[in-house]
Amino acid sequence: MLIYFLNSILFVMGLYCLIAKKHLVKKIIGMVIMEYAINLFIILLGYKKGGIPPILLPGMEKSQFVQQSVDPLPQVLVLTSIVIGLSVMALMVAISLRLYEKYKTFDMSEIRRLHG
Amino acid sequence: MEGMTFIVKTTTKLLIGIIFLFGIYITFYGHLTPGGGFAGGIMLACGMILMTLAFGKRMSLGKLSDFYASLLDNLGAFTFWTIAMLGYIGGYFFMNFIEKSNPFGLLSSGTILTINIAIGVKVFASVFAVFMALTIFGRFVSGLISEDED
Amino acid sequence: MLFLFYTLLIFCIIGSIIAIEARNILASVISAGVVGMALSILFLFLGAPDIAITQVVVEIIVLIVLIRSTVSLDNTAITKHRDTFAILSSLIFFGLFLVFAFMAFQGLPTFGEPIMSVGRQYLENSVNQTGASNVVMGILMDYRAYDTLGEATVIFTAILGAFVVLRAKGKKKKEESDKIRVGIPEKEDLPMSLDQIETSSDSTS
Repeated sequence: MLIYFLNSILFVMGLYCLIAKKHLVKKIIGMVIMEYAINLFIILLGYKKGGIPPILLPGMEKSQFVQQSVDPLPQVLVLTSIVIGLSVMALMVAISLRLYEKYKTFDMSEIRRLHG
Repeated sequence: MEGMTFIVKTTTKLLIGIIFLFGIYITFYGHLTPGGGFAGGIMLACGMILMTLAFGKRMSLGKLSDFYASLLDNLGAFTFWTIAMLGYIGGYFFMNFIEKSNPFGLLSSGTILTINIAIGVKVFASVFAVFMALTIFGRFVSGLISEDED
Repeated sequence: MLFLFYTLLIFCIIGSIIAIEARNILASVISAGVVGMALSILFLFLGAPDIAITQVVVEIIVLIVLIRSTVSLDNTAITKHRDTFAILSSLIFFGLFLVFAFMAFQGLPTFGEPIMSVGRQYLENSVNQTGASNVVMGILMDYRAYDTLGEATVIFTAILGAFVVLRAKGKKKKEESDKIRVGIPEKEDLPMSLDQIETSSDSTS
């Protein structure tokens, strides 16, 4: 139970960075840390105590493999999620480069036109 | 001089073949060992990015220009979709229509190997293209740094 | 084993605190890289070597892209005018969030004993049905290949978006004026007589 709580602290760190910091690159870092926390949470849900990776090796008993292996389904979901996170980060960097070209700064508070 | 120092260039020349070989291995043996198309494709892109950082953009764009990178990207996605459509031979979308054999061989898993290769090519081309767009074409846009400097 | 997980997670949290609070933006990017690397070791011990390999490689790419494209452009730190109200209110909100998250975690299965109702079916049948001894790849490329197709579409769209945002100049040149006029045509463009209309219609047809 405590490990889930520590994981949610990691998530909150990323969210705090995303909200309170003003540097655009730091906002991107906060988003990346949030992604890490969510991926780790899904993997933690599928862990079995003393588990082995879900890969069948030659000479392994089938029934023993089914007994011991960790849950493979969360790993599948996370594997796609990591690569999607990479491409989303590339898009965020592209937009922040455009903002830098227009305003010559990465500071959010100096980008006036985004103020509501 | 374009690129980095002599030490980095020599090390890159020694390492680049091994990196590409490892990426191709990871892609091809994804259904037997850990890895797969995503990790292998990004490893191949890492090799190209190392070449860009060490030798400068002219060298790596000479090997694989941005036009051909986007073409490879589209080709990978199209191959994936074609394999999915070929499943209609047997009856439904994404059917594993190639015959399967002994579970620990390279050709044991039917379409999984081909899908892995398609995904690997697609991820390789798209990550390389977006790196070039972010680092080099982005500089042209902003006009802050002159074109010759790398 | 559990001790190792706690140590690595606390290491991740400390790394993320440094990444958030460091003045120097290069140090902050590198600390985020440290968090990703520690996370990949954690994945390896949690029995997910596929995720560990992918996480290492993706982390390297993230680090290179962030340093090469943004930090090398501008490395100035922001020190002035901290918004104390926003920081305070977000801290209060996050405290509330953690309390309710802790209450919600009581309902989850205990760590180390997952409910594997779907996963057990996959583990039993996947090797015979797909022929792939790596069960994760068997699920990803065969049972749930729709998921992978959608994921490929997402990558394609995001890369396309980055290209469109970063394009330096439009494909049409500036001097070239638009051929088709919208609105009321000017007087010279209007046909003067019936012959002119006929000739123009002949030439178009």
